[in-house]
Amino acid sequence: MMHWIILPVFLPAILAPLIGFVMRYDMPLARTASLAGTLALFAIAIGLTTLAADGTTHVYRLGDWPAPFGIVLVLDRLSALMVLLTATLALIVLIHAIATGWDARGRHFHALFQFQLMGICGAFLTGDVFNLFVFFEVLLIASYGLMIHSGGRERMRAGLQYVVMNLAGSTLFLFALGTLYASTGTLNIADLAVRVAEIPAEEAALVRVAVILLMIVFAVKAALFPVQFWLPATYANAPAPVAALFAIMTKVGAYAILRVHTTAFGPGIPGTEGLAATWLFPAAIVTIAIGAFGVLAARRLMPLIAFSVVGSMGTLLVAVAAFSPIATSAALYYMVHSTFAAACLFLIADLVVTQRAADTLTPAPATVQNGLFAALFFAAAIGMAGMPPLSGFLGKLLVLDALREPGSMAWAWSAILAGSLLTIVGFARAGSALFWKSTATPEPEPTLNPDEITVHAAPPPQPKATALQIAPTMAALAVLAGLAAFAGPVSAYLGDTSEQLFDRDGYVAAVIDPGEEG
Amino acid sequence: MEMIVASTIAVLTAGGVYLLLRLRTFPVILGLALLSYAVNVFLFASGRLAIDQSPILSRYGEATYTDPLPQALVLTAIVISFGMTAVLVMIGLGAFLEAETDQIDIEQQDDEKGPQA
Repeated sequence: MMHWIILPVFLPAILAPLIGFVMRYDMPLARTASLAGTLALFAIAIGLTTLAADGTTHVYRLGDWPAPFGIVLVLDRLSALMVLLTATLALIVLIHAIATGWDARGRHFHALFQFQLMGICGAFLTGDVFNLFVFFEVLLIASYGLMIHSGGRERMRAGLQYVVMNLAGSTLFLFALGTLYASTGTLNIADLAVRVAEIPAEEAALVRVAVILLMIVFAVKAALFPVQFWLPATYANAPAPVAALFAIMTKVGAYAILRVHTTAFGPGIPGTEGLAATWLFPAAIVTIAIGAFGVLAARRLMPLIAFSVVGSMGTLLVAVAAFSPIATSAALYYMVHSTFAAACLFLIADLVVTQRAADTLTPAPATVQNGLFAALFFAAAIGMAGMPPLSGFLGKLLVLDALREPGSMAWAWSAILAGSLLTIVGFARAGSALFWKSTATPEPEPTLNPDEITVHAAPPPQPKATALQIAPTMAALAVLAGLAAFAGPVSAYLGDTSEQLFDRDGYVAAVIDPGEEG
Repeated sequence: MEMIVASTIAVLTAGGVYLLLRLRTFPVILGLALLSYAVNVFLFASGRLAIDQSPILSRYGEATYTDPLPQALVLTAIVISFGMTAVLVMIGLGAFLEAETDQIDIEQQDDEKGPQA
């Protein structure tokens, strides 16, 4: 059996306790280890992606127990893509956190970071729904620690709300799994696909309950209306690099909906066909609206970006809700794009807010590198809002192009287009307040107190952001530009990816049959 | 038997949801604990209720046994919810000490300074 598949889970799982216990008081060593681990994860992810690119579904049987009796990890194009996305984002975010010194503002940043990567990679690779729950808990418990990293009043309160919300979600997840097990007798995704398909439509009531419960759980993670309310408070109050890493967390929810609701309860299964889409589509439309209005209404930079993440999740899930190969490949393209766009915005926001006193969207004396920050924010904002030439435009175009069903087209097109317009207006207003009007705001006059004028002549100038601090933001922007430049090959590959996702028989055959694989 | 188990789950869940909606730290922690008890019993029942039967196939005699998988699932769920409750208590304490209030929901503070440390 090929052991590469378990490495994205195994490597951070070993590294995290080592960093936590052995390198506890040695920051340079912890940074080196964490960076080396993330680089290795990146290399492994590239290896796994090339391995999966030929279209075979690789299965890793833990303990060599055959599915469905043992737990399996499944590597296909989709999970390889998600692991690669995670590793790339993690590398960018980690360099930013180290360069800006965020990791030293509290304890155990690197250990928690690695545990977080372990949970995310595990969730993308597993082929078992209960194992998915366990990896969800791993990534959540690490995210609780990262969320309240470096503390502070508002952050602790937002963190508490985030923890309570997700614990309630975990309980619901267990209820869903119990219902699913009671009605089908299995929790392996491939085996579920076989068993659920055998249930006639009139006897599928219990399975349908489980399907909807599972969708609510994933919707909590994906910040879908009506369970999106935790996201703005969490992302706006989290440390900015952590918020950038959390850009992948909402995608875990979207991935889980894609994987479970397509493979096990998707099209062509009599008992549950169309059930998820019925609820997902209107909820996603409302999510776009909430995101757009939130962007327009926000008066601080971090909530503004957080609401734009909500809006992008809505756009993504509208495409997911179609449950067709074309729409799914559009959704995947938009998913990759929106992850990097959101991360880029959070990173640039961190640089800007560090130089300013507060993150309110009001004119303040221009920062030292006003022009550079303005350019970076402008580029990231047009990426997020979906303007050419960056990949947001192509992503939204693909999504719109895929949603041509007469019933849904009017709603989807008007929501996405109007939402994009409002997002552009919101970002334009924020950008002009932050960068443009600031150039016209004079430096506050030092108070002319003759006793103190020699001591406090001028406030100390903010240190400039170094090249290393700006490089991760640039890298995220470069990914967006690369996605746009190579849109043809990328979307062809994503088309193959979604074809493979909808090939249920191939997936079941690879997982269940103890063939020559391994 | 089924009636007792079902009503136990129902009462625990109702109490848990009620306490969760109080939105103060201590009731919410208790509520989540009740909910996790409810879900543990629920998971246990999802493998059908059976009394006096071993969870492994007995080698001799009549082959009656109870489903072992839900027991494994419950064990995992207990461990996870126990750990999560401990984390929640610590974060709840931290938030209470920092903010001097035990409200869970946070009102919008758009105009205030952000949390940037």
